[in-house]
Amino acid sequence: MGKGKKEKDTTTNDDCWWWLLQKGTTAVFVTVGLFALLVRVAVSLHPYSGAGSPPKFGDYEAQRHWMEITINLPIKEWYRNSSSNDLSYWGLDYPPLTAYQSFVHGLFLRFFHPNSVALFASRGHESYLGKLLMRWTVLSSDALIFFPAVLYFIIVHYNQPSRSRKSELAWHIAVLLLSPCLILIDHGHFQFNCISLGFTIGAVAAILSGKDLAASVLYCLALNHKQMSAYFAPAFFSHLLGKCLRCKHPILEVLKLGLLVLGTFAAVWWPYLYSTQSILEVLSRLAPFERGIFEDYVANFWCASSVLIKWKRLFTTESLKLLSFTATVITCLPSMVQQIKSPSSRGFLYGLLNSSFSFYLFSFQVHEKSILLPLLPASLLAVEEPFMFRWFTQFAMLSMFPLICRDGLVVPYLALLALFVLILNAPGQHRATESNYFHKYLGSATMFLILCCYFVLHIVYLTMHPPEKYPFLFEAIIMNLCFSQFVLVTLGCNIKQWLLNKPANLEEIEKKHI
Amino acid sequence: MGKEKLSFKAVHNSHSPKITVWWFFLVATCIKILLFPSYRSTDFEVHRNWLALTYSLPLYQWYFDETSPWTLDYPPFFAYFERFLSSFAHLIDPQIVHLQEGLNYSSNKVVYFQRVTVILSDLSLLYGVYRLTQNLDSRKQKLIWSLVIWSPMLFIVDHVHFQYNGFLIGILLISLSYLEEGRDLLGGFVFAVLLCFKHLFAVAAPVYFVYLLRHYCWGGIVRGFNRLLIMGGVVTAVFASAFGPFFHLGQIQQVIQRLFPFGRGLCHAYWAPNFWVFYIMSDKGLAFIFRKLGFNVQTPTASFTAGLVGDSSPFSVLPKITPFVTFIMVILALSPCLFKVWKNPQPQMISRWIAYAYTCGFLFGWHVHEKASLHFVIPLAIVAAQTLEDARHYFLLSIVSCYSIFPLLFETQEYPIKILLLLLHSILMWSGFSAQFYGGAETARVPTNSKKKADQFGSEDNSGAATKKGFVIGWIGGIYLIGLVVVEIWGQILHPLVLGDKFAFAPLMLISIYCAFGMMYSWIWQLISIVKSV
Repeated sequence: MGKGKKEKDTTTNDDCWWWLLQKGTTAVFVTVGLFALLVRVAVSLHPYSGAGSPPKFGDYEAQRHWMEITINLPIKEWYRNSSSNDLSYWGLDYPPLTAYQSFVHGLFLRFFHPNSVALFASRGHESYLGKLLMRWTVLSSDALIFFPAVLYFIIVHYNQPSRSRKSELAWHIAVLLLSPCLILIDHGHFQFNCISLGFTIGAVAAILSGKDLAASVLYCLALNHKQMSAYFAPAFFSHLLGKCLRCKHPILEVLKLGLLVLGTFAAVWWPYLYSTQSILEVLSRLAPFERGIFEDYVANFWCASSVLIKWKRLFTTESLKLLSFTATVITCLPSMVQQIKSPSSRGFLYGLLNSSFSFYLFSFQVHEKSILLPLLPASLLAVEEPFMFRWFTQFAMLSMFPLICRDGLVVPYLALLALFVLILNAPGQHRATESNYFHKYLGSATMFLILCCYFVLHIVYLTMHPPEKYPFLFEAIIMNLCFSQFVLVTLGCNIKQWLLNKPANLEEIEKKHI
Repeated sequence: MGKEKLSFKAVHNSHSPKITVWWFFLVATCIKILLFPSYRSTDFEVHRNWLALTYSLPLYQWYFDETSPWTLDYPPFFAYFERFLSSFAHLIDPQIVHLQEGLNYSSNKVVYFQRVTVILSDLSLLYGVYRLTQNLDSRKQKLIWSLVIWSPMLFIVDHVHFQYNGFLIGILLISLSYLEEGRDLLGGFVFAVLLCFKHLFAVAAPVYFVYLLRHYCWGGIVRGFNRLLIMGGVVTAVFASAFGPFFHLGQIQQVIQRLFPFGRGLCHAYWAPNFWVFYIMSDKGLAFIFRKLGFNVQTPTASFTAGLVGDSSPFSVLPKITPFVTFIMVILALSPCLFKVWKNPQPQMISRWIAYAYTCGFLFGWHVHEKASLHFVIPLAIVAAQTLEDARHYFLLSIVSCYSIFPLLFETQEYPIKILLLLLHSILMWSGFSAQFYGGAETARVPTNSKKKADQFGSEDNSGAATKKGFVIGWIGGIYLIGLVVVEIWGQILHPLVLGDKFAFAPLMLISIYCAFGMMYSWIWQLISIVKSV
């Protein structure tokens, strides 16, 4: 049963979704939200990462192990290697907020199924009830953090009179809540990205509504749940700085924000603040530099170019760290400068996309799952940039395809991809002929060709064996294709962000909205 | 990936109803695919066994084979259908169709294969509902599509529990659509085909018979007789092509025995919420009272909760019910409707009459399954948007009947799924009906809209009174629905907490009894509306 998305311009002719829309934002949100929950529950029936594959299992076992550790050991020992906490076996490597969340979920598991989180004895625990309870921890996190954050964003974003088109609003809710990548990773593969991404959306919404202080607290929470949220840091930093500089007392404003950030961090890190050593202990867990510049196959610059340049052989880890850091900073600099010069809501959203992209493409130790971070601002921009969003999501899906195959999630992958395309093309949709840079630069023939490659790659990857000489040939092709598309997207968005500065352009955009 | 291509096309003519109905279907398909790994009942193995049996054995052994306890007990067309599917199954994995080695086979291949066959066979539902709604205005169309194609009951019964109801009900809808168009011969033909797929649909046969006799065959002795012969010939041909081979082999008695296993008892293991629930309960109540009064009442040896029931009477006080009694009851309940059909056979009423016939069969029939409520809930969806009264009745009925099949999915894993399906369905119905009956006024953008509205409402006061408010079902309905929530909370949480393992059957019994009230209400409502109709 799906209710899905509705979409449609209420003022013109007969539209399909008027009956869902006329009840107002909350009714639409509840309907779409229930549908999104249904999809999540259905995906969670499928296997998780590392199901039935000892001795290391996968992310599912990691999360379960953290619950086991946090409810059985005192808080000071969570990040410390000891006889009862073997850090080489899925040791905690996320910031304290994740640990607290594991603690709460661990209590929940212990209440219903103590065996699944018993110290030592539960290593590699797999059971019907155990899986169910674990799945429900993600579902509840999603429903309690991500969903309200999306509602908050929608309310704020569509509060401006020029953006009051209801149909767009409904479509936007559907797109945000039914992002196929997020659902696959959280409810299929098994992770808790919904929490940090939910906090991030909350922070974005707070900024859009002018509550900068609340925004910085929410963003710090996101950062303290997953250090990967730092991908957004340049955008938040530059936008808030730009805003402060325009205030009467810039120093005061910056001080206020700085103190609030420090305060939030201190609160979250409180149990570890008793000595420098304990802080360093935790910090060293958060930055696993020993794992190399990239793992597996990820569609970023280092992995894609390693086909030609063997980075790992040519450089030491130290110099690679420096190299990647420099590349990341250089690439996110333009969008930062734009935001400091002229902070604006739209510019901020583009800035989020651009800064997270430069981290994804150039930073050290990137996972294929990190594509979720740039995807988030892209989905916030879905109404402004529908084509870019669709194109990006499709290739983000492809870039995770090898991972999904390993997890045995091909069926939900295909179903979610189809569902995503169906929602984008919901009947009765009002299709503004968008003048987008993609069409301009690519031309429809090239696009068609790329799309063909896209489908062929799926089929080839599923059905054929790579030549023995190059066992990772298909992965490499997939990653290079995705990388090229990601670069196009981020180039386009950087240009767009800078074009926002031109007043003439602004007017044009305004016109389009009215 | 075919879906991908299709939706690209949708971009260009997104207003075409065909594309839209496909969109509804494909969205549902995505969810169905996601439900692949969910719980499946023994019906899954039943159908797998039928695949194996029809593939591996020659026709003359089909109705005799007893390799598995799940013997073939559907009419021949369904067996042919399984034979057709089994040739694909053989290509996918020969073990699926192996009579012995395939027993309880449960690899991903067989699960995916059989689930896909259900999804594909749902195309008949898509076609049926599209045919039935093609002349309606696009708003109603979409409302009906979302009620039928996204029916939570079909998801639960077909795509989790595992059966082919969508396919069969689709055939029924196709037949109804022909009747509504006045193409009676085709309608009768399709219904005969349906009977040869699943004989349980025969409950509506009296209505079909009277309707076709009066609407198709009436008018002049020669013309009428000719038409009677034509119709009779068509129906006979259908039945001959189904049962002919078995008749030829002299097995017809065996086939009939398999199709009508009357040894199974009045009620299914889980009582369908029908009239007999009240009968059993009053028997128990009377026995209790008599015992208190000092009479010696024997406790029956057979039990209702034990599934297969033997010959002994399960009642202690009230008379034993035989299949014949239930048959008479069904006919009696049907008679007012048959009378109406005879008096004035009008095509636009046929959906209601057929739905009413299945309601009677559900309430008074022998060994009724709770799933049988699909047979009238889905056809009623077609007329649910016609008047406010219809909508109110349908709202209540579809929630109650969906809730009554909840016990089918008893594993924890599917618990959120059934709840979410029902909630989503309710909210879709609620916003759909509100918009249909209260929403149009303020916008008034389509002039034809208000005109249509005027003819829709028999009684004007309905439309006027409640404008601008949401869709309301009245306080009795509201309290009844809240009661459902209470029953569910009792069964899921309070009962295990308060009583522990004692009376483990009580929550199920409570659901049956409670839902039976809703079903009785629906029957009475339908009866009254049919009797009152002009």
